[in-house]
Amino acid sequence: MIEDNAIVIAFWSLSATTIVCALMVAAVRNLVHSVLFLALTFVGVAGIYIVLSADFVAVVQVLIYAGAVGVLMTFAIMLTPGADRLNASTVFQAPAFVLGVMVFLLIAWVAYDTEWRISDREAFTTTAASLGEAFLKPYIVPFEVASVLLATAMIGAIILSRAERDDRA
Amino acid sequence: MPDVILAAMRLHLEEVLVVGAALFSIGLYLALSKRNAIGILMGVELMLNAVNVTLLAFARFIESPRPLDGQVFATFVITIAAAEAAVALALAVAIYRHRETVNIDEIDVLRW
Repeated sequence: MIEDNAIVIAFWSLSATTIVCALMVAAVRNLVHSVLFLALTFVGVAGIYIVLSADFVAVVQVLIYAGAVGVLMTFAIMLTPGADRLNASTVFQAPAFVLGVMVFLLIAWVAYDTEWRISDREAFTTTAASLGEAFLKPYIVPFEVASVLLATAMIGAIILSRAERDDRA
Repeated sequence: MPDVILAAMRLHLEEVLVVGAALFSIGLYLALSKRNAIGILMGVELMLNAVNVTLLAFARFIESPRPLDGQVFATFVITIAAAEAAVALALAVAIYRHRETVNIDEIDVLRW
């Protein structure tokens, strides 16, 4: 439970901004605007991370999501110039909407119905140092696997998107 | 101050979870309803972000001997999401090169 008024106000304004931007991603008629609203959503989510006293994850979120993934998606749209940019929906729009509302209500019901073991711990002060220690001590194997996965994904992305050459010529 | 306002001025775990659930549902709707493959990817990224909000909320509020583990998990999720976005967008560009479209209802070569 957080009682600091400023933090609570920050949380609710950030949440409202983030959710409105996320809805705009679905609502706008132009795919490029959609990507821009998505980047704004990522920045808002980074703000929520700061409210939850995760400073390092928030910085990583801004760098990787708002920066890299946003640019990557813009590039993907620019590299598919002939595809339509209407941000249109398929025939599954209505069922998807119903399913989304039902999932939201289900998670909200579970969240309020469960007896959580709440701790009265203070906010974390700085997390970067202890996160680094966690990565290099108990989580060293997942950490190394993640770096191999990133290298694999990078090579795969280069091979997939490389222009095809004719080697026989 | 009245009790209602005092209660509203406190942030509980449930409220953060509801915000995460809202983001997840919007992402789910996007991923299931959009025609453009890049739009679907945006929905997937939004869902991953919602999961991260939930993980960090648990790390902040729940009693645990190692409370920072939630943040470690969130960092791993971001890593995997970046790899996924790179590969998936490369796939979209590769499909566009062959078929001049990234609309998922026009990519049906596997349909019998």
